Amino acid sequence: MSERFVASHIKALKPSGIRRFFDLAQSMEGVISLGVGEPDFTTPWSVIEASYHSLERGFTAYTPNAGLLALRQSICRFLDTRFHVQYHPEDEVIVTVGASQAIDLAFRAMLNPGDEVIVMEPSFVSYVPTITLAGGVPVVVDTYEKDAFKLSKDAVEAAITDKTKAILICSPNNPTGAVLTKEDLMGISEVIKRHDLFVISDEIYADLLYDDMYTSIASLEGMKERTLLVSGFSKAFAMTGWRLGYVCGPTALIAEMLKIHQYTIMSAPTMAQYGAVEALENGLSEVEMMRESYKQRRNYVVKTLTRMGLDCHMPGGAFYVFPSIKSTGLTSSEFAERLLMEEKVAVVPGNVFGDSGEGYIRCSYAASMKQLIEAMERMAHFIKQLTAEGS
Amino acid sequence: MTEKALEMLRLLEKNAAYSNELLADLLNISVAEVKAIRNELEDQAVILGYQTLIDWTKVLNTELVTAMIEVKVTPTRGKGFDQVAERIYRFKEVKALYLMSGGYDLSITIEAQSMMEISRFVSDKLSPLDSVMSTVTHFILKKYKHDGVIFDQDNDHDPRMLVTP
Repeated sequence: MSERFVASHIKALKPSGIRRFFDLAQSMEGVISLGVGEPDFTTPWSVIEASYHSLERGFTAYTPNAGLLALRQSICRFLDTRFHVQYHPEDEVIVTVGASQAIDLAFRAMLNPGDEVIVMEPSFVSYVPTITLAGGVPVVVDTYEKDAFKLSKDAVEAAITDKTKAILICSPNNPTGAVLTKEDLMGISEVIKRHDLFVISDEIYADLLYDDMYTSIASLEGMKERTLLVSGFSKAFAMTGWRLGYVCGPTALIAEMLKIHQYTIMSAPTMAQYGAVEALENGLSEVEMMRESYKQRRNYVVKTLTRMGLDCHMPGGAFYVFPSIKSTGLTSSEFAERLLMEEKVAVVPGNVFGDSGEGYIRCSYAASMKQLIEAMERMAHFIKQLTAEGS
Repeated sequence: MTEKALEMLRLLEKNAAYSNELLADLLNISVAEVKAIRNELEDQAVILGYQTLIDWTKVLNTELVTAMIEVKVTPTRGKGFDQVAERIYRFKEVKALYLMSGGYDLSITIEAQSMMEISRFVSDKLSPLDSVMSTVTHFILKKYKHDGVIFDQDNDHDPRMLVTP
């Protein structure tokens, strides 16, 4: 096929660094994976059952573009009770195909060519490409282990130019597990208001917080009108494959986003939406059970990695730990590749999540205790071998 | 009871084989603290024992027959159902005994080597008790789930891809 059939800006887009690693791991037998960015639980049965029931009743048609009103109402009630932010289900919410689509809609609706968006890194692999695809310019602000990978307001302020339009934050963060506290967010929101910027707040891990109460930046004074709150069902409700997310924000922007959604997606899958209503109405006790289990596994993995001699800060949320492997003298990719080849344990090299992730690896503890214990034993053996080689 | 003790109970209820060291890591407390909590819970008889859930159907020649028996009884003056319950639960074949609301009074779970043995238990030991008015015996044909654990489930199958962002 002639190359002219591919748009040049797409050709310039780098495939995710995670892909190469996936292919390598997939080709091997007996691999224990700590490289998975999704829960090891299956979706709560009542959610699956509610979705079945909707199919049995023949609810197989499109829903309104913005999603079932009943689902939007449940989302608004949930956000109000849990995080104290109030939205109108009628015109301030869109149900999307995963939180990723919500982020795509946001940038496509907001950005003029050349508009800059500040993104914290290390972070989820899709942010930068999504901004680029929407014609924007990503401006990366690095976060550091010494600050527990939190975004500092000073770093944000320093990255602002006259082209800056928005900032994307994610707390708890993938891959670092870092959580922005109310104080952190208040500092950042002062900068945002002073420079008249907008925030896209990816809150997909908000329900997987282990030590503190969650604060949404949208709940802070004067921030709701300049925030898009993005979340979804994938992580907390173990519904990744259902591809269901949502975005809440000011009516004027939501209306523009809805136009794109209407022309490109029409509406999110109907059976998934019926399942999601059940998740919000009756699934929270299961979320609580999963959260306790993740917290325990987090404690175990951090303690075990620390005993191995890897520096590992205690992440406040999500289901990842992000230990430093700098003491081994290997790069992130070398470490991950050798660990996979020699011990058959898959982790994700930190540099996949941005240059500042170099020197770290992401280990997901969304795995059974049996797998985690075995993986930790293999890793300890690997570190021991490395130390022996070095001495 | 402290939050850590409750959390430890929930963990041990799911897996009694967790060592003190592993519990210490999971709960983010010291091994000494785990031991202290464990001792206290055992002393208070909150923890009554540590059992293993076994699927005996997978072990050749060891299969047991299980029956659930509904029993109607006459309660004793002053003692209610407790006296007759005690006479029943002391039989070693009785795995579980509950006082029930509804159409009958006591529910017995019994395990034995054969149906014959269970039938002998009912006719020779249970029915002759003065308080026992009637019994209905149901044999268990297949165990799908027990104590929250699904039998015949492929626990090692993980449908997720090996590496995802």
